[in-house]
Amino acid sequence: MKRNLLSTLIGAVFALGAGAAHAQISDGVIKIGVLNDMSGLYADLTGPGSVVAAKMAIEDFGAAAKGMKVEVVSADHQNKPDVGSTIARTWYDVDKVDVIVDVPTSSVALAVNQITREKGRAFLSSGAATSDLTGKACSPNTIHWTYDTWMLANGTGSAIVKTGGDSWFFLTADYAFGHALERDTEAVVLKNGGKVLGKVRHPFPGSDFSSFLLQAQASKAKVIGLANAGGDTINSIKQASEFGIVKGGQNLAGLLVFLTDVKALGLQTAQGLIFTETYYWDRDEASRAFAKRFSAQAPRNNYPTMVHAGVYSSVLHYLKAVEAAKTDDGTKIIAKMKELPTDDPLFGKGTVRADGRKIHPAYLVEVKKPSESTGPWDLYKIRATIPADQAFRPLNQGECPLVAQAK
Amino acid sequence: MTEIFGVPTQALFGQLLIGLINGSFYALLSLGLAVIFGLLNIINFAHGAQYMMGAFVAYLLLNKLGIGYWWALVIVPLVVGASGVVIERLMLSRLYKLDHLYGLLLTFGLALIIQGLFRNEYGSSGQPYQIPEQLMGGQNLGFMFLPNYRAWIIGASLVVCLSTWFVIERTRLGAYLRAATENPQLVQAFGVNVPRMITLTYGFGVALAALAGVMAAPVYQVSPQMGADLIIVVFAVVVIGGMGSILGAVVTGFGLGLIEGLTKVFYPEASATVIFIIMAIVLLVRPAGLFGTQK
Repeated sequence: MKRNLLSTLIGAVFALGAGAAHAQISDGVIKIGVLNDMSGLYADLTGPGSVVAAKMAIEDFGAAAKGMKVEVVSADHQNKPDVGSTIARTWYDVDKVDVIVDVPTSSVALAVNQITREKGRAFLSSGAATSDLTGKACSPNTIHWTYDTWMLANGTGSAIVKTGGDSWFFLTADYAFGHALERDTEAVVLKNGGKVLGKVRHPFPGSDFSSFLLQAQASKAKVIGLANAGGDTINSIKQASEFGIVKGGQNLAGLLVFLTDVKALGLQTAQGLIFTETYYWDRDEASRAFAKRFSAQAPRNNYPTMVHAGVYSSVLHYLKAVEAAKTDDGTKIIAKMKELPTDDPLFGKGTVRADGRKIHPAYLVEVKKPSESTGPWDLYKIRATIPADQAFRPLNQGECPLVAQAK
Repeated sequence: MTEIFGVPTQALFGQLLIGLINGSFYALLSLGLAVIFGLLNIINFAHGAQYMMGAFVAYLLLNKLGIGYWWALVIVPLVVGASGVVIERLMLSRLYKLDHLYGLLLTFGLALIIQGLFRNEYGSSGQPYQIPEQLMGGQNLGFMFLPNYRAWIIGASLVVCLSTWFVIERTRLGAYLRAATENPQLVQAFGVNVPRMITLTYGFGVALAALAGVMAAPVYQVSPQMGADLIIVVFAVVVIGGMGSILGAVVTGFGLGLIEGLTKVFYPEASATVIFIIMAIVLLVRPAGLFGTQK
């Protein structure tokens, strides 16, 4: 008891000392760590672009004018959980990083999720897909921002089943992410009265998918669902076009496709593909303005993907919460972020749920025909908007322990 | 319909054909490696990067100069082969007296640098490249739909492999080459310019990788890591066939393509590992490889 009192006193003295310099922000600086794939297959859709997005958020928040000192550091996790964990620990323990953002690759994100909780810091995931981050693995220190496997499955899966694509064959990347995406999509297909005729698990990463595509063709399924990402999706779509899959009357459903993937495929090959995104640069005036500014600073003048938009939006909301709560304590800030409504030019008004799920609308998009496109990044048309309250998994279905507590 | 282990025979034919097509790429790439190893004793780890360069140069020719696929088949191997000649003259030629390991390390480093440079310039998600118009579409063979482009790959690869084998094993030039690796001093004494021959051989091996790159561009993602994904498998092919054996590289390339194709039907999860399992078995039974000779 005595010792507790003593440590509280010491803590208070330190807090006062820091407070004199700057409210309750540890060491006077807010350090944001962008942790993602800087060199591998996800580098274009996350990578250095996410650093640009984070810096834009700091600028737009007006941190300098408000007298807040905000720094951005970044590192490459190479899509390996062990590398990502080491960086996260070093950042938290040695470099005094307050919040880690982005972190694509579900396996790495789950590891960072755990470490952040242990250290009582904050984790804003934009790049990761697995819906477990707000399900079984949910944490009071994590917010899952941009999208997840449930939302992709729900958006793309139900739209396709409802327009007649009621028999499916899955081409699944054989690891945690692919399995999660396949599981969530299959559930949606069955719920909407469709059926699954078969599935094949391909090694990750793969380069030749023709053998699997032939199996899909032989299954006579109306829809071939691609439960993979990045280079695997690009190769699958490229080769499906070569094997005349779409001409033969079957349709492809890309379950996780990014702007940069479509750009890499070219419209000739990708046209007609339907999938779900939560941000497209050409949706309205605000999203266009953001994309133009982003492109001017991004590597190779790329346009932003939804992951980049999510990094921008999450960092902006984080800084607002820091301003309101006058602290950078991870657990308190995440609680504050859940309390405050979100509002930014890219995702509009929204909320953060008790399980850490950020809620906003999703868009069902279709890739344009080459004749419809007017510029190098004019790639999608928006077919439907899925309202925010329907886009994500209902709070009570995720098995998140935090939600049970709240009840 | 007749079935084998629950798979209709017709579907099986299709899968075998696909396996053969993938085997064509393995054969083309392992051929280049085998030529370089057989004649220079260099384990060329930059082969995957050179294959990637082939695909990228084809993309650049099309998009910057408007030169299409058919000319690319000729120009790209020349350009990338020439870069190989420069590498051999400036760097590799200094390592012949040293252990294999030094050549391996040098080429491995080169591969990383080349991939890094391309990634920096073009990003990681790759570039689009269309199938040439003349080869679009395909034939319905009854048991499967065979895209014309795949049929072309298999034919072209067979022709290239067989003619390379013929030149090296059955012509006077090939005899010089083989003699020069056995005893360079003696061959030089006969008035043959051995260093130049070796330089050109390396250039030729690299050109083969680049040719495979051009052929891959319309069907695979043209991205900086496309070579890194493939090169490990190709090394396994070379080891199984016997390091340096040209016939071994070609036959094993096609053979393993077939085996991999079958695995993709019966147990797809293992299709990435089956080649390495075979490699382990072959190394246990015949350490020099199926077609290799113990030196």
